[in-house]
Amino acid sequence: MTTAQPKPRLTNAAREALTCYLFLLPWGIGFLAFVIGPVVASFVLGFMDYEIVTPARWVGLANYIELFTDDARFGMSMGNTLYYVLVFVPFHVIIATLLALLLNQKARGIAVYRTLFYVPSIVPIVAGAILWVWILQPEWGLINSTLRIVGIEGPLWLASLTWSKPALILMALWGSGAAMIIVLAGLQGVPQHLYEAAEIDGANRWQRFQHVTIPMLSPTLFFILVLSVIASFQVFTTAYVMTGGGPAESTLFYMLYLYRRAFVLLDMGYAASMAWILFVAVLALTLIQFKLASRWVYYEVEQS
Amino acid sequence: MLRDQAVGPQPTREIHPGARGQPLRRLLELIGTQLHLVLGAIVFALPFVWMVSTSLKADRQIFAFPPIWVPDPFIWGNFPAVFIYAPMHLYFFNTLLIALAHVFGAVFTCSLAAYGFARLRAPGRDLIFMVMVSQMMIPYIVMLVPLYLLFAELEWIDTFYPLTIPAMLGTPFYIFMLRQFFLTIPMELEEAAIIDGASRLRIWWTIILPLAKPALATVAIFSFMFAWNDFTGPLIFLNSREKFTLSLGLQAFMFERRTMWGPLMAASTMMIMPILIVFFLAQKHFIQGIALTGIKA
Repeated sequence: MTTAQPKPRLTNAAREALTCYLFLLPWGIGFLAFVIGPVVASFVLGFMDYEIVTPARWVGLANYIELFTDDARFGMSMGNTLYYVLVFVPFHVIIATLLALLLNQKARGIAVYRTLFYVPSIVPIVAGAILWVWILQPEWGLINSTLRIVGIEGPLWLASLTWSKPALILMALWGSGAAMIIVLAGLQGVPQHLYEAAEIDGANRWQRFQHVTIPMLSPTLFFILVLSVIASFQVFTTAYVMTGGGPAESTLFYMLYLYRRAFVLLDMGYAASMAWILFVAVLALTLIQFKLASRWVYYEVEQS
Repeated sequence: MLRDQAVGPQPTREIHPGARGQPLRRLLELIGTQLHLVLGAIVFALPFVWMVSTSLKADRQIFAFPPIWVPDPFIWGNFPAVFIYAPMHLYFFNTLLIALAHVFGAVFTCSLAAYGFARLRAPGRDLIFMVMVSQMMIPYIVMLVPLYLLFAELEWIDTFYPLTIPAMLGTPFYIFMLRQFFLTIPMELEEAAIIDGASRLRIWWTIILPLAKPALATVAIFSFMFAWNDFTGPLIFLNSREKFTLSLGLQAFMFERRTMWGPLMAASTMMIMPILIVFFLAQKHFIQGIALTGIKA
């Protein structure tokens, strides 16, 4: 590998370093070409007006100014996205935790249940989306048919202004299984002796949950919280496939609007500035979560 | 590391006499747990049952109230019907091709880089590693617009290159996972080979890769699933129908025939099946991988 023949012999350390760089090289090429390059380019593009057919033109902060002062869809799509994040994330964390607690008990057939809860999270998103359009279909879909049996006339779901976002959230919650597995692993990392000590101290079941399980689980919950905030800010595919942003743009999420600006209207500069706003917003939110974490996340001092 | 068996019922706790005696209470608790589990299982599984059931029904049973769960008679025609409206076999091969490129990247390129990060000392290596880890936090969307322009410049739009070449050059997430695994392999296994004068490339190939099979299986499965499920990439980079992937083809199919629920559910079933088969064959690696990416790393 490291054949620098005509030159003087390399020291062992230099040889090893060179080998290391060679091992990293394929990834490094990809990183420069498809990550760093595009990130820098996207930042620069954000200050340009570039609609592919016409040459790029430097416009300074014009894109950002237009976004914040003269683009109603920008605010609306951000609002729709915030709604989605604020409703989805708490439910997601709670459902994943409840399922994990349920599975962390002694009962017959736990492995089968674990599989059943987990499998929806690996269903290809488009296949899942199509399935849910059918489940949510107002006339013949599974949900409204079932509701009709008990005498309730269900909403129009994806065709309703009020129910379109909850419908998409419902579908996304079906895939809580992956987070559930992470919580389950966290639960099983809680040392048994803590429960035993608490029991000896006379703590009842709820107290043990509150004072042992929750603090010991808090790093796991924090991890899931951060990841699901980041992911749900980028909600795109379900809305694109199931509603196309409708009805009346009630599911026009930020990413969907960005997609339209970039790849339908070919407004590349404008879309690049939108991407950066999302990036900075998500980054700021993540940092805030890390700041707040010290108040509720419990880290053991000694780690095995 | 987490073994499959560990994710499941906990080992029997020591029962303190008196603390939890009453057998009746114990029994009621067990029944309560089972009840919750069954209820949860029904909620999570019903959509699948509904999908398969719809795919096997004739229209007059699909549009029926109250809903019919067991098709009578079973109709297989929805499955061949899909191929009339959408060349599923073509989509299938396109998706498979792209997914295999992703698996190649995960298994070879990523493990190469992971070996470098885990075992070879070089100035700046840890800094590079930090940069790679922070790369994972950049949303894909930030790169998407310039990537599109770059691929347009290279005349890669409407080819598989944008969906395969970057993946074949490695993905930070898999590099990270493999590095974590390589760090757990004892150094001694390599030292003898180093003394014998084997090159690092040879050590990576003949010693590390065979030992890392479980971790490689995990990243292979993850990358396969990612490519199989990806929608955004194909949506942006592919235009012509004969190059569509399953995700894109299925979406187009629904867009054009919104009410053909029998064939649509048959198509969804066909797209989900390979993933389910992969899952059941390699369940252990899934659970392990997810736990590994989680907190314990």
